[in-house]
This record gives sequence, C-alpha cells and structure tokens, in this order.
Amino acid sequence: MPEKTAPEKTGPGGAAPGGRLAVRKTYKLYIGGAFPRSESGRTYLVRDAGGAELANTAQASRKDARDAVVAARAATGKWSAATAYNRGQVLYRVAEMLEGRAAQFAAEVAAAEGVDAEEAGRRVDAAIDRWVWYAGWPDKVAQIAGGSNAVAGPYFNFSVPEPTGVVAVIAPQESSLLGLVSVVAPVIATGNAAVVVASQDRPLPAITLAEVLATSDLPGGVVNVLTGATAELAPVLAGHMDVNAIDLTGAAPGSRAELERLAADSIKRVFGAGQDGASQDGAGHDGAGEDWAAPPTPRRMLAFLETKTVWHPMGT
Amino acid sequence: MQAESTQIQQGQATPGARAAATQSVAPWLAGAVGTEFSDAALRQVLLGLPGVDQVATQERTANLATRSIKKDAKLWALIMAVRMVDLTTLEGADTPGKVRDLCVKARRPDPSDPGVPPVAAVCVYPDLVRAARDGVAGSGVAVASVATAFPSGRASLAVKLADVAEAVNAGADEVDMVIDRGAFLAGRYGQVYEEVRAVREACGPAHLKVILETGELATLDNVSRASWLAMLAGADFIKTSTGKVSPASTPQVAHVMLAAVRDFAEAAGRRVGVKVAGGIRTAKDAIRYLVLVRETAGEEWLTAGLFRIGASSLLNDLLMQRSKQLTGVYAGPDYFTL
Amino acid sequence: MTGTDTTWEYAPAPQEQGIVAIKPHYGLFVNGEFAPATDGRTFSTLNPATEEPLAEVALAGEADVDRAVRAARTAFDRVWGPMPGAQRAKYIYRIARLLAERAREFAVLESLDNGKPIKESRDVDVPLASAHFFYHAGWADKLEYAGYGSTPVGVAGQVIPWNFPLLMAAWKLAPALAAGNTCVLKPAETTPLTALLLAEVCQQAGLPEGVVNIVTGAGETGAALVGHPDVDKVAFTGSTEVGKEILRSAAGTGKKLTMELGGKAANVVFEDAPMEGAVEGIVNGIFFNQGHVCCAGSRLLVQESVADALLDRLRRRLGTLRLGDPLDKNTDIGAINSRQQLDKIRELSDSGEAEGAHRWSPPCQLPERGYWFAPTVFTGVSQSHRIAREEIFGPVLSVLTFRTPEEAVAKANNTPYGLSAGVWTEKGSRILWLAQRLRAGVVWANTYNRFDPASPFGGYRESGFGREGGRHGLEAYLNA
Repeated sequence: MPEKTAPEKTGPGGAAPGGRLAVRKTYKLYIGGAFPRSESGRTYLVRDAGGAELANTAQASRKDARDAVVAARAATGKWSAATAYNRGQVLYRVAEMLEGRAAQFAAEVAAAEGVDAEEAGRRVDAAIDRWVWYAGWPDKVAQIAGGSNAVAGPYFNFSVPEPTGVVAVIAPQESSLLGLVSVVAPVIATGNAAVVVASQDRPLPAITLAEVLATSDLPGGVVNVLTGATAELAPVLAGHMDVNAIDLTGAAPGSRAELERLAADSIKRVFGAGQDGASQDGAGHDGAGEDWAAPPTPRRMLAFLETKTVWHPMGT
Repeated sequence: MQAESTQIQQGQATPGARAAATQSVAPWLAGAVGTEFSDAALRQVLLGLPGVDQVATQERTANLATRSIKKDAKLWALIMAVRMVDLTTLEGADTPGKVRDLCVKARRPDPSDPGVPPVAAVCVYPDLVRAARDGVAGSGVAVASVATAFPSGRASLAVKLADVAEAVNAGADEVDMVIDRGAFLAGRYGQVYEEVRAVREACGPAHLKVILETGELATLDNVSRASWLAMLAGADFIKTSTGKVSPASTPQVAHVMLAAVRDFAEAAGRRVGVKVAGGIRTAKDAIRYLVLVRETAGEEWLTAGLFRIGASSLLNDLLMQRSKQLTGVYAGPDYFTL
Repeated sequence: MTGTDTTWEYAPAPQEQGIVAIKPHYGLFVNGEFAPATDGRTFSTLNPATEEPLAEVALAGEADVDRAVRAARTAFDRVWGPMPGAQRAKYIYRIARLLAERAREFAVLESLDNGKPIKESRDVDVPLASAHFFYHAGWADKLEYAGYGSTPVGVAGQVIPWNFPLLMAAWKLAPALAAGNTCVLKPAETTPLTALLLAEVCQQAGLPEGVVNIVTGAGETGAALVGHPDVDKVAFTGSTEVGKEILRSAAGTGKKLTMELGGKAANVVFEDAPMEGAVEGIVNGIFFNQGHVCCAGSRLLVQESVADALLDRLRRRLGTLRLGDPLDKNTDIGAINSRQQLDKIRELSDSGEAEGAHRWSPPCQLPERGYWFAPTVFTGVSQSHRIAREEIFGPVLSVLTFRTPEEAVAKANNTPYGLSAGVWTEKGSRILWLAQRLRAGVVWANTYNRFDPASPFGGYRESGFGREGGRHGLEAYLNA
C-alpha cells in the first residue's frame, strides 16, 4: 500500500514558486451523492505516472463499502423507476458536464497515465463520446433485448430486460478515465446502481468524474466511488449479500478465483471472470488488455440485465 | 348471503317450496339492488360476479376430457345418460305420427334389452304436447314443451305467456323457455328477469327450464351472468341452447353453467339443474359431459332431476356403445330401432 | 378422493406398458455407443410408485466422464463445430420428429421411472421435449440474427434434475447442439432411463458419434463432469445449495456458467380474480407434477377480503384430485420421486404444524407400497414460517394473506429466490403494475405453469442466472 505522507511541493494546481498559492483539492469518496472522507480516517498517497506525488486520497474501508452498497440499494428504486428517456437525458447531461471540464480531465489523465497532452486529450474525447453513446441507449435496450415470444397457445408472451439492481464494478487499473467510463456507463444506463472501486494507483479522474455526476441530475447513490486498495475492497463487495452482480474487469488476475467463490454464496452474476490470468474474452490481465479505444458493443449493458418473461391468456 | 332454509331444494320441488326458496334469495338480491330490479342495479350485481377466463375454461375442460371411463364405470355412465335424455323433435315438419314414434322409442329405447331404462322426457312443440302425453302415458317419461316463441324469442310477453299457457294446459310437465337475447345484449336485464319470473308463474306445477342460447351470448362472462339472472328469477333448470343456432352446447359453456348452479346452491340453498342441448351426438360426448357434471358441480347433480341432455340421435349411440361394452364387438346402426 | 363411497367410480384405466421394452441393464452412451462403466459399477433405478427395481444402470466414474468429454471434444473439433448450421439443423429436426413418433413409449417410461401421472408425461413432458428440439433446430442456421455471435463455446457439461427428466434433457441439449456445441449430459440418479432412450433416438437420427454423450451416475459423477478441465461450459439445474457448490468449484476456471435453481414462488390472487380459473391455477401451480417444480406456486398470497371464500372453493376442488397409480390415465397426483424427497417433504410439513400453521388435506387413500404424499394446504402461514421460506418441492401449499397490492409485492419479493410468480386479477393495469414489480424471471398473469421453447425461462437472485428457451437462451451457448 502506498505511503501516507502529505505532499509538500506541488500537486495539481500547485503554483510555481513565487506565484499564487493553489487551493489543493481534497480527494474524497463519493457515496450517496455526497463526498465523505473514509470513516476510517485513512488516506493514501497517489503519485503520477512518473512517481511524483499528486495528492492524498481517501482510502476506503469495509464500512465505506458497506455504506456505498446501502446508498446504491436505496437509489435503485428511483433510478430504475425513472423513464428510460429520463435516464438518457441525465446521461447526456453528464456528457455535457464532461465536455465543459475536458481540459481538467486531460490534465489529470496526462498525469495519471503518463501521456502527453495531445494523447490525453484524445483519451478524454473518447471518454466523452463513449458517454454520449451510452446516453442514447436507455430507451432502446428493451427493443434489442426484449420482445414478444411466439408461444404455441392463446397467450401473449413478452420478455423485458430489467436492471439486476446493485452492481459492484472493479474499474480498470490502467485506463483511468476511458476505461472507467466504459465500465460505469453501461451499468447505470440500464437502470442499475453502481459501487465502483476506482483504479488503485490512478484514482483521481474517478473522483473528478464523481464531481461531474454530482452536478448532472444523477440521483445520489446511483454511482458511488470508492478509492483505496482494490485487494481490500473487492472481496467485501464480492461477498456482500445485497450486491446483485460484480464486474471483475480491474481485479488482479490472481484474485479472481477467490472473488468468484465469494460471489457464489449469493449467486451473484459475475462479469469479466476468466481463467486466472485472463479475462473471459482472452484479453490480458486486469482489463488492461481490453482495447478501450475499440467501439463498444451492448455486451456490458446486457450483462447486468435480467430477463423477465410475462404470460397472459388472450380470450374473450 | 345466508339461505333462509337450511335444506337444499332440488329441481323437482313443490311449487310452494320453490317459491319459498326464491324468496330466500330475493332478500339478498333486494338488499343488493333495492326493491326495484332496475337494469342498472342488476348490471352491478351481474358484473360483480367473478369473471370467467375463456382460456382457463378451455384448459380445464380439455383436461377433464382426458378422463378415461372404462368398463363398469362406462356402463354406469351410459345408462345414466339414457336416463337423462330429453328425446327431442322440434321440426316444422313434425306430425302426431312422428311424435308417436318418438314416444315409443322414449319408453323403450332398446326393445331387445329391458335392462335399458326409459329416457327422462320427450321434448316437442306446444301444439304436439297432447299427442306426446298420449304417447308416454303410464311410462313415467315426462313431457317437455318448448315455449315463448321458441327458438327466437322475438315476440311480445303476452304472446309468450299465451304460448306457455297452451303448453301447460295441454299437459306439459316441463316447459323449456327461451330468454330474450336481444334484451340481454342490450343490457335490459330487468326485462329478462321479469319475463323469466312471469313464465315461472305461468308454469304453475310444471318445472321451468330457461334456455340461455349461449351461442348468441358469445362470451363466457355472459353465460355466467345469464345463468345467475335466470336462477334468481326462479328457473328450475338452466339450458344451454335451442339447438337451432350454432354453436350450441359446448363443454366450456356447460362448465360455466355447472359452476354457476354449484355456487348458486351455496348462496341460495336451492339446487338448479342444467340441461345441455344441441350437437351432442355421440356417447363419448355424453360421457364427457357427465364427467363435467361430476367434477364441476358435484355428484349431487348426477341425476335426471338435475341434469338433462337434449338430443335425438345420441340415444342410439348410447345403446351401441352399451352393446359393445357388453358383447365385446362393435354394433351396427341397423340393429337399433329408430 | 379415489371415491370409495360415491355412486360413480371411474374404473381403473391403465395405460398399456408393453409399448416400452425396459432392458435389465443400461450402459453409458459415449461416442455413439452404449458401454458399461470402465470399472463395471452399476446402480439401480426403481419405480417410486411400487418401489420395484426397473433396471441396473452403469455408474460413470471419473475415467468414463473423461472418456465422454474427450469424445465430445473430438466431435466438436472435427465434426460438429465445423458443420454448417443448416446441416446441424437437420439432425436436430430428426430428433424432434423421432421423439414425436415414439412419444407414447417415452411417456410410459417417464412415468415408470419418475412417478408422475401418465396424463402429464403424455400431454406435457414429451410434447414439450419434442417441441424444444424442433424450435432450436430452426436457430442452427440463423445464429447471426440472435445477437450473440455465431461462435459456439465448445464442450458443454450439463447436469439435470429428476423432476422433468426428459424435458430437462431437451432444454439442455437442444440449444447447445443448435449453437454448435457438443454435450456431455448427466441425468439424475433416480431418473436415468428416458435420457438413455433419448440416446437411442440420437443413434436413430444418425447423430455423429460424440456429439451427445450421456454419463449416468450420482453426485460424484456430476462433480467429475462440472469439474473437468476440458468442459467449456457448465449448465446446471437443481437445488440452490448444489448450485453454490458448483459455482465455488468453478471459480477461476473461466468456464461459462448458467444456473437454474430453486424457487418459492408467490401466487397472488386478488379479490377480483376470475375465481374458477384462479382455483385451477392454484391447483395446477402446486400440485402439477406433485409439486416437484422449481417454479411451483408454493405460496398462495390471497387478498384477505376473499381468503375464506377462496379457500372454501379450493378445498372443494381438491376433493376431486385423484392420487394413485401413475400409469392410470385418470390419476392427477402421482408418486413422490424418492424416499429421500418424501422424508424432506414430511420434515418440512411437520415443521409447519410445529410452528403453528393449520394443516389440511382432502381425504386421501395412499397406496401401501411406493412413496406418496397427500396434497396438503397450510393456512395461517406467515413469512417467518419455514414452510413459507424453504423450498419443499412437494404437494404442499402455504397460504398467506395480504391487504393491498403494495403488501402483496412486498411479501412476494421477500425471499432470496426469484424464479416465478403468479398474478390473478381481472384488472389489466394491475396485472402490468404487478408484473413490473415482482422480482421473478417468469410472471404468469391469470395463468400458471406455462412453458414453451420460445419463452425464456430462468430466475433472479438465488434462483439462478441465465435463461433457457427463446432467443435469450442461446446466449449461454455462444461466445459473443
């Protein structure tokens, strides 16, 4: 676990010597629409790709994870009851907010991922465009994932997709914004609520994203972001009986088997499980092998949808 | 909805008891709709009955049709079915001669087998009641007459009551009336109720069967409602069809009517009978109806006093199947008399 | 109930058993041939209605499971995987047709081995099984339109339960084969015979060897199969408890999984329900197949305002149920499948009385030999009773009441299960309102226990995940 010393020189927004002193951001958790510190009081030091200190970030505890699940569960009712149109509008607003803060995100991505400003800008643009793509889905998912079934009798029979409920998401370790957006947006577009474990070493864009979510009419609790040690948080969520599904994309390869075992106790739906050492689609470890730049498919939305089939007789 | 008398009254009860039983229901109905049996009030009561799902009814009757009735059970059913037949002729071309032949058959369905009992009744038009009475005299076979502008029911109440009076004066034991389907479908439930009540009164000692003409009522909900309406107005039997309209009797409508008489007995303390008519030609069909009677209404209805089958060619098929059961070989139609 | 003091007794109407020739010994079906287990071990399967043994069946050990998986792998790599979908379709159509042709044979065998009434195996199990093959045959050359890609997963290891032996085999094999996978199927230990007859049908259909393999046995055989490293996909239908074990053992292996587990469905009846139909639906919901149904309507939630009236109707209707010889065409309730299951039903029913619920059964004559349990209704049940929480898997109905639609939803959803639910009301908007809120993979409105190969079936939460049937059911057997 990274050390807990506070940075003294510069962080994001740090002033050049002799210039205006920057007001440094405190990176806290995002739970239930608010930004609390960890109840454990712990923080850890986040460094940029080159090793320079960036900021102290809250180090979430088991209890924070538990609180996040409670907040997510409380939010599912309202979020899944919202019309699909409404959800699409909210997601679009997120994209609008992201666009407005693109420069800030680019700076954070450049620092976290160690790429130049131009590449960071491309990655941020891709993230925003991806969010827009998902904003268009909520009112269409039922049309590709549901439909009427031609049963052999005087019955009207139709299948509808429904959100599974609370989804724990272990975000990619390396792709701190594009990868993050790619795993979070599909979960909430379909009406689920998410408890996200951000990249352990590159968590700052996740918190900044949380700020965007908080200002986009997204009801509190629909997305919750925990920063801290993946190895500490993932098992708590995998074993939590009130979590309906878990996305293991960012989990360390050697940890997946144990997480699946924990998930078995409540018959959780597990996405992104693979043989230890590989994700299910044969990509490399902890989702880093997944090509986030490639066009997305509905796969990640369908993974967190249940199919409900309804029958009714047709007669006079 | 407690019945005033604790005894369950059967279809063939005395007029006094019948009136009393109807009275035991009327307070319930009056309580529900007030003293005026207005169309609106009756509609509230009738539409307040539990709905009938058509698909569920089809499935239930299809399931009951898989009952396999063999050997002694089959023989019992065939004989019971014979006992329940209302042997019928209702043609424009009927003559006293035709009716005479019918009565001979009715009294002795199988001349070669005295073990076969007579049928329940013969069923004719009012102007042939006298001929029928002569034909069945001394046999215990009843004479049923259709009435009330059978089969259409399209005539004034005065004409209908005159029709009934003629039949009863000629000596009919039973009267099969038709309800006014036009009035029912137009929502004039009060008129339908009043006509049944008036006919019931005009019947005097004769027992009244009320034909719903289920084929024209179209929905099973209507069959249920018309059944209750007729029973509340004093019917001794409710009957599916005139046999002149298709579809006539079906297992589905019979099931609904058998459920209705069962529930009515529970509510009002009086048992009303059910008659199925029209298109029942084979012993297999008849036995399927008996299964329906038993498993829907209950064993108490497995008697000619509470269940009848209006038919003509069915009788010989019952005899043929009986012969097959007894001898082991299939019979031919020429071995059975017309 | 079988009417000792009625005027009209239905005479015995036995189905001719001679149509099926039961062999004294059955081997495993591996690579297109029947053969004994490598170590020669066998087990016995008996008729639960009489407790008489029907046949000796080979008991597959690890070596046999391995042989079967290798046969499936070879068949997948060389024959079935590369085969064009249109040709796979034809084989599967043949199987569907053969099942329809030999329908009576299968129905009799199923009733003898399982204990269910011939009326059900003849009218429900066998026709649906044939329909399942027919439906899926049509998908084999149309996979690109299903939305999950056209690449099969590989070798499927499939473990099925004893309650619908032939039908569950169809539910597993048909989609897997249509999508281009090869299969190793393990039937339940108390009901192996119709799966083995199905293997004969596969031979008759000319199905290439190794495409379908049947390994008979009990828990150990199943564990060997789901644990085999060369099985790409595991499909399991059975208890939630065993499902969790399988999930734990599959963790980290990368195997694709689907689970179809237990349930404790609520059958919700409102005061404006079509009453006659609702009573039939309740009876069908819990007494069909002796209640050995994962989606059984085992909790009746009846609106308090009509509870007494409905229960009167229900009790009267239960008086016409006929319990007895499964091979009698008039039997409605057959035998409990095993001594083990009977003990479990008894234990839970006793707990119902012990916890204060009121127990009632219609008068019922139980045959002396065989495993039997009279249809039973518990009233005065609350959510905390074991009989309201635990899956009994027998002909036992627990009756609870509710006052409002919201309360009905809350009680119906108050369970870790989520497989199915029933709703009875004449009001359309209420049907849709409830359908939306009930946490169940299948919602039957004004009907119950309806199945169709085109209709996706599966549960929420601890009733499992994944769907069988319909377009959605293909997802399990394709790699997107």
